[in-house]
Amino acid sequence: MNKAIIATTSLAGCFGCHMSFLDIDEKILDLIELVEFNKSPINDIKKFTKMCDIGLIEGGCCNDENVHILKDFRAHCKILVSFGECAIMGGLPALRNTIPLQECLDEAYLNGPSVVGNNEKGIIPNDEELPVLLNKVYPCHEVVRIDYHLPGCPPKAELIWEALYALVTGNPLKLPYEIIKFD
Amino acid sequence: MNQLIEFRLDGVVCMGQKGQYIVDAASDNNIYIPTLCNIPGIKPRGACRICSVRVNGKLMTACTTPVSEGMDIESKSADIEDLRKAIIELLFTEGNHFCPACERSGNCELQALAYRYQMLVPRFKFQFSKRTVEASHPKLIKDHDRCILCKRCIRAIKDEKGRSIFAFGKRGHQVEINIDTKLSKNMTDEQALEAAEICPVGAILKKEQGFKDPIGQRKYDNEPIGSDIENLALQ
Repeated sequence: MNKAIIATTSLAGCFGCHMSFLDIDEKILDLIELVEFNKSPINDIKKFTKMCDIGLIEGGCCNDENVHILKDFRAHCKILVSFGECAIMGGLPALRNTIPLQECLDEAYLNGPSVVGNNEKGIIPNDEELPVLLNKVYPCHEVVRIDYHLPGCPPKAELIWEALYALVTGNPLKLPYEIIKFD
Repeated sequence: MNQLIEFRLDGVVCMGQKGQYIVDAASDNNIYIPTLCNIPGIKPRGACRICSVRVNGKLMTACTTPVSEGMDIESKSADIEDLRKAIIELLFTEGNHFCPACERSGNCELQALAYRYQMLVPRFKFQFSKRTVEASHPKLIKDHDRCILCKRCIRAIKDEKGRSIFAFGKRGHQVEINIDTKLSKNMTDEQALEAAEICPVGAILKKEQGFKDPIGQRKYDNEPIGSDIENLALQ
């Protein structure tokens, strides 16, 4: 049997969902029998080298680079899974969504208590190498089509394992009450 | 004198008292009908519509409709369950419900309903409405981001003269819960705790207290909301 090919990425997230993924502990040995990893921070492959079966997305979209990567994942993955609250609803980065972007930047670089006196020229970083911030943080499914959602902050390791196992083997997904939590 | 009557709920023959609201009668028969704005013992309001059931082909709120002899009630039909799930999803997208950062997470009734209905992602677009947090009251924090306008605090929390400490302010889509500044100054710790606990979500929080229950020991960590009622049927 050909192994399923998996890609993962962290957009506007904290890598906590990836940490939870690694929390499947020794099951990672079972997983590696079933799948092969392509582009992912876990193996440090930076670019897609082939079409993938499953893409796991952590984090929402807060800048144009996130959107670019997410669209690249949609183009290279047959199934896209949002995992974690940030990918599903913007999560903590989306706390800025009710505040105008300029106000956020002013607070972060000019007026915040930790920057007063440390940024005398009043520079707000705008180098063209830097990704451009979006007006809001967007959930992934508002940018591209997402096939499945695994909630949690982070999603429990068992949930990630059960979902991947079900997707790869075609077995029905078991969702006991305890493994779906939003925190 | 209480008059016993017979009604049917999802085809099951149940007994209830005349004039008893459907949710309470169902609960007495160990059948759970989900509620959110309802508080046992306080006059119901029928605000959230989560408890919608079909009676004689019409959708009614089970918390405000009394049972009557021979009534045929539908509660667990697929379309009604989906309607309830849609209401939960609307509430999640309309306010700003950041569960990972909320002190009420694990003890929140809205979240517990979302777990019960396996809401993995809401079908509606997130609104990210601009709301405020009021922290000027000595005992309470009022986070309007999480308020679902169920009116539980208005109906249940009164001062010693029976005056409401909470009230609706503004109109239409801007409506929000206001706290009477004068009355809130005299609130005791017990009253503040009662107000925080009457709130089904984390919109009213007691100051100087937070994240008191560890993860795994919170109300809805291990058992779905309503299982206290349903488990009685199994015994």
